[in-house]
Amino acid sequence: METKTQIASEKMNTKTQHISGAEAVIKCLLAEGVDLIYGYPGGAIMPIYDELYKYQDQLQHVLTRHEQGATHAAQGFARVTGKVGVAMATSGPGATNLVTGIADAQIDSTPMVCITGQVGKHLLGSDAFQETDIVGISTPVTKWNYQITEASEVPKILAKAFYIARSGRPGPVLIDITKNAQFDTFDFEYQKCTSIRSYKAVPTIDENQLKEAAKLINSAKKPMIIFGQGVILGEAELEFKTFIEKTGIPSTWTILGLSALPSIHPLNAGMVGMHGNYAPNVLTNECDVLIAIGMRFDDRVTGNLATYAKQAKVIHFDIDPAEIDKNVKTDVAVLGDVKETLAQILPFVHSTSHENWMQEFKKLDAIEFDKVIKDELYPTKDGITMGEVIKEINAVTKGEAVIVSDVGQHQMFACRYAEFNQTKSNITSGGLGTMGFALPAAIGAKMGAPEREVIAIIGDGGYQMTIQELGTIFQTKAAVKIVVLNNEFLGMVRQWQQLFFDKRYASTEMVNPDFVTIAKGYHIEANRVTKRATLRESIEKMITCKDSYFLEVCVEKENNVFPMIPTGASVSDIRLS
Amino acid sequence: MNTEKKSFTISIYTENNIGLLNRVSSIFLKRHLNIESLTTSQSEIEHVNRFVIVSEMTEIQAEKVVKQLEKQIEVIRAYYHTDEETIYQETALYKVASDSLFEQRQVQNIIKESHANIVTVSREFFVIEKTGRRHETEQLYQDLKPYKLMQFVRSGRISVTKEPMNISEMLAAF
Repeated sequence: METKTQIASEKMNTKTQHISGAEAVIKCLLAEGVDLIYGYPGGAIMPIYDELYKYQDQLQHVLTRHEQGATHAAQGFARVTGKVGVAMATSGPGATNLVTGIADAQIDSTPMVCITGQVGKHLLGSDAFQETDIVGISTPVTKWNYQITEASEVPKILAKAFYIARSGRPGPVLIDITKNAQFDTFDFEYQKCTSIRSYKAVPTIDENQLKEAAKLINSAKKPMIIFGQGVILGEAELEFKTFIEKTGIPSTWTILGLSALPSIHPLNAGMVGMHGNYAPNVLTNECDVLIAIGMRFDDRVTGNLATYAKQAKVIHFDIDPAEIDKNVKTDVAVLGDVKETLAQILPFVHSTSHENWMQEFKKLDAIEFDKVIKDELYPTKDGITMGEVIKEINAVTKGEAVIVSDVGQHQMFACRYAEFNQTKSNITSGGLGTMGFALPAAIGAKMGAPEREVIAIIGDGGYQMTIQELGTIFQTKAAVKIVVLNNEFLGMVRQWQQLFFDKRYASTEMVNPDFVTIAKGYHIEANRVTKRATLRESIEKMITCKDSYFLEVCVEKENNVFPMIPTGASVSDIRLS
Repeated sequence: MNTEKKSFTISIYTENNIGLLNRVSSIFLKRHLNIESLTTSQSEIEHVNRFVIVSEMTEIQAEKVVKQLEKQIEVIRAYYHTDEETIYQETALYKVASDSLFEQRQVQNIIKESHANIVTVSREFFVIEKTGRRHETEQLYQDLKPYKLMQFVRSGRISVTKEPMNISEMLAAF
């Protein structure tokens, strides 16, 4: 008797087969190792969905409740696994609904392939039903995009799409396929793409750059590292750890670098940027050598560039030559894949420790603890703080959970206080700041790492932007834990209004529905916490639950995130209150 | 590096694909840079296109724009040059009513002095072509303007660099 797998591998092994463009799409996905995709059907992509039906034993399709949810779920999957996430939608509104997720993946370098249906070739440009120029629309926010109008183009273009999405600095690729190209048949043959003549995925390493960088690092008295997502994307966590342990350099992180280095590592010196830690921000303007590794000097990291680390020599490790000197002038650029550059620089750097310098971080950490952290994590007032919710989650999960945060105050608290033992565990919309990201991204993360606890931490504002994905959770039984920190405000905007707009709270107060009832409507077990006394046990109950679970925590309404670098201010002018 | 704004010629060697113009121009749009002139044509290498774009910006901006252009999958290489580093020309066509040629003696002198070529002559109109620097085609435009200039059009800048480009070697290195 033949098994399903036998049939499948035979289907793959036959060299040339006469099949439709739609079936070819499925075969390409399988050949690229894809077994899970997110999407939403519609008129112009029906031939592909028809093939998905036939191949459902090999390729699982998750029906999200909105195309934006499909992209974020694909992103969550990609971020937790390091694989390419795949999202699918029909033409017109289906395609335009993908755009936010694509832009998010572009700015956060997430490997993703989006496939959209398009009206038939003969109708292109005729304003046909659900026709939209998605290639034109998505051009500025994709790493690459292409419109397929002939079935025979499918294998070559999809192979190229996956190669581009995952190689070098990863990013989103959109492939638009006209309906005729899905229906037409051709002789299918698949070959993986391994190079493109106009595209150099990874720059060649220049040994002189490594030696120059090593010379600066060896001469530094007060060196400081800022690492970003490049370490995670390059799967260079081990090389990074070995490098910092040999050089003894305090290592600070950007929001997307978080979890690449365990929270408890003695050289982990905290978060830089607008709501980062006090020490790394202040000491950015005191270090003598600043070593940026796989990060891009975002404005939320640097504050005012005119007063940013002017005293320091800057070394920048990156895979993307366009990042060098983009925002901060570099003294030594080390181009290449960090997994390789960090390994190759190791013999050139001296074994050192920077104890006195590390003490300066500790001194400032103590100030931050006293002025900010103490009240946030161990409040004496009645209201529950967002920080203590994260602290309680840490206590229960012991740093083993994947934390998926949305955008706003709760995101900053999550990134500041969540503890991580392993990499690829912090998933958040960093660059684009997309509210509504977390719920669908958590679905993708859970499906990518089913053995891990996945906790979405969301504000009451962002939650309602993609709340319909509760339907996806219900249907797929994805055991996502959802924590909504409800302060009945768009908290981050309210904080700015309080600090910079004389407390004119324009359209930031929210009258919310009964979130627990809504979750229950989707048959998701749900609970609400209003008192500190029951917070820990509620979190324990949520974690013990083997299915999805919704927990609403009613937190203090008008709390602020500190420290804070006001816009336009220097990193060293970070405010503690 | 100079922070003063000036005219830069951006040369981009690319694959010849649909939609690439959109991708290239979006990089200027994103940075709020106006494109003053743009031409695309085949280059010295078979199946490789060349964009020549003139835009006003600082040298720091030019450097960043070039890096962003090179980052695009189908862009092989991009460069920026100042006017001094290139040899460049523009072509203009002038359609003038034929009667002015016969009735206005001055028109004949203008054409003679401008070293323009006569492309075609008919009973109603004649077309002259002038290739040169902007101020030269502009001068002819100003001179002909009073004499029933029916149509005027000027091409984007085309330019070659004084330094070698070595694109073929670069293609081999990818």
